[in-house]
Amino acid sequence: MKKATLTVISNTALTRDVFEMRLAGAERPLPGSFLEIGLDGFFLKRPFGAAGYKGGILTVYYRVVGAGTEAMSALTEGSELEALTSLGNGFSAEGVTRPLIVSGGLGIAPLKYLADCFAEKGIRPVFVAGFKSASEVILKEELEKICTLAVATDDGSTGFYGNAVEYLKRNPVSFDRYFACGPEPMLKGMQRFSGNGQLSLEARMGCGFGACMGCSIKTVSGFKRVCKEGPVFDAGEVIFDAR
Amino acid sequence: MPDKSIKDTRIELFGNIMDNPVIPASGTFGFGYEFNDWYDVSILGSIALKGTTLEARYGNPLPRIAECPAGMINAIGLQNPGAEAVRDVELKKLKKVYPKKVIANVGGHSFDEYVKTAAILDSADNVFCIELNVSCPNVKGGGMAFGLDAGILEELTAAVKSAVTKPVVVKLSPNVTDITVTAKAAERGGADGLSLINTLVGMRLDLKTARPIISVKRGGYSGPGVFPVALNAVYNVREAVSVPIIGMGGVTCAENVIEMMYAGACAVMVGTQNLIDPFACKKIIEDLTKVMEKLGIDRLSDIIGRAHNA
Ligand SMILES: Cc1cc2nc3c(=O)[nH]c(=O)nc-3n(C[C@H](O)[C@H](O)[C@H](O)COP(=O)(O)OP(=O)(O)OC[C@H]3O[C@@H](n4cnc5c(N)ncnc54)[C@H](O)[C@@H]3O)c2cc1C
Ligand SMILES: Cc1cc2nc3c(=O)[nH]c(=O)nc-3n(C[C@H](O)[C@H](O)[C@H](O)COP(=O)(O)O)c2cc1C
Ligand code: FES
Repeated sequence: MKKATLTVISNTALTRDVFEMRLAGAERPLPGSFLEIGLDGFFLKRPFGAAGYKGGILTVYYRVVGAGTEAMSALTEGSELEALTSLGNGFSAEGVTRPLIVSGGLGIAPLKYLADCFAEKGIRPVFVAGFKSASEVILKEELEKICTLAVATDDGSTGFYGNAVEYLKRNPVSFDRYFACGPEPMLKGMQRFSGNGQLSLEARMGCGFGACMGCSIKTVSGFKRVCKEGPVFDAGEVIFDAR
Repeated sequence: MPDKSIKDTRIELFGNIMDNPVIPASGTFGFGYEFNDWYDVSILGSIALKGTTLEARYGNPLPRIAECPAGMINAIGLQNPGAEAVRDVELKKLKKVYPKKVIANVGGHSFDEYVKTAAILDSADNVFCIELNVSCPNVKGGGMAFGLDAGILEELTAAVKSAVTKPVVVKLSPNVTDITVTAKAAERGGADGLSLINTLVGMRLDLKTARPIISVKRGGYSGPGVFPVALNAVYNVREAVSVPIIGMGGVTCAENVIEMMYAGACAVMVGTQNLIDPFACKKIIEDLTKVMEKLGIDRLSDIIGRAHNA
């Protein structure tokens, strides 16, 4: 956990509403951790997964969904942002040699960084990336270099016709742990698919560092905060329906 | 001649001499020790613990948080590990990084629960007073009712007073027509002090679905937007009662602390700002002497209630 002033190095549109922002000034984050970005005129900071770190530059992928991300998309090179970095716990990938990575939509962001970290260790994960349709696909070329990539789309406009969980049911993959991030229905699907993995969750946050109890979920081992004990949880411990 | 360049920020509350009047408010600072990862929390005047109930509570379903232009709405629903775990686990962890005395915050759904919870926390040696959360607007049929009805509030205060040895501070809800009525009721019930204000009931709707953002529809609004409301409440209550007042609501800077004290507060709690900037209390404490210097204040305790004779 660090408070830092970050400088926007670049802020580019990848699709109609998804942007890549590169930021200088953050320490090296753990894959799976997140940061809270402060925006002028907005009371609460916005949480985003750390999606890459190279040469001191932190990457974030974000979708414009509301006023805050809209304002973010207008930020120009050189803008300074107040942020809290290296929040939460990351994925535990130790001892994993045959990782399976599964994303839905922008859930791809923190998993891209996880794939980078596996690549550094000489491990080539299987990566199943689900999107709504072909026009939403991002990071394909980058991931193909370091992963065995399968793309799935809800409308079948490219790759497998269906979501990432359906893909896995049709195309069995051998793995020793999976790592998943995406919308809640998909994470529930992954939990049913196998308990041998980790899920990265989202919640509306008041603070992002454990102080307000705004983001607590129920788990088999009691209440846990998405921002502090999470956002990554063992697949078997999350109790979804209680939320 | 005393050295005028040395600013005295100490205040006294129920015989406890505090280094400064700055206290993180209940619910915005957990049980304190985790903030030691940001800064040395031992600089704080005191710490108000997360609202505690007799048994462990999960609280409300998510979402519990909604953003507002100058603040936020929360509906945590008093998530806490229960009174005994707070006394035997959380307070012990806090003591390791915070050697000073703290304020326990008690919530409940019945007189019996308030009394039992207060008695358990009363027995912790690092607790110097008990703050009664009679105004938490989050718990269905709970906190709200106690703090809104003057008669019930007086009785509840008296019931808790008779069960504990330490001073009792009643934390008043602003969701009333005239806060001086409930303030006087708490004083009649034997309150040793009052703290105010708790959150204001508020709501936000999702533009796309037209549904409330908060799972239980409404929650408590807090943050800089409530500061003028809180200040007015402290000012009015100061004229209505004679027990010490702890002021809070929207405090973000050392200047706000001074204003609260002018209005009649002898100590000041900082809530939501801790969530926005984890260093908020540290910064306020550091700025306090500079602001005193600028305003020509040598001893902070001299300014308590100054607005009433200015
Ligand atoms: C741990 C974590 C990691 C995330 N990583 C990413 C990422 O890498 N890329 C990405 O595009 N999005 C990510 N999100 C979601 C992102 O935080 C929201 O899309 C963003 O906060 C929306 O802000 P807004 O002002 O545009 O929307 P508004 O709806 O106007 O925001 C209003 C309030 O609601 C909160 N909010 C709205 N949607 C969400 C949401 N889905 N999750 C949490 N808070 C929300 C906002 O933070 C703000 O406080 C992540 C969320 C969490 C909790
Ligand atoms: C997330 C959150 C949780 C809170 N929990 C409690 C609580 O458990 N008990 C209590 O008495 N007040 C609680 N409060 C109210 C605060 O202590 C304080 O009275 C209020 O927020 C106004 O001050 P502020 O504007 O500085 O935050 C909570 C406030 C927030 C924002
Ligand atoms: S957002 Fe405050 S505890 Fe998680």
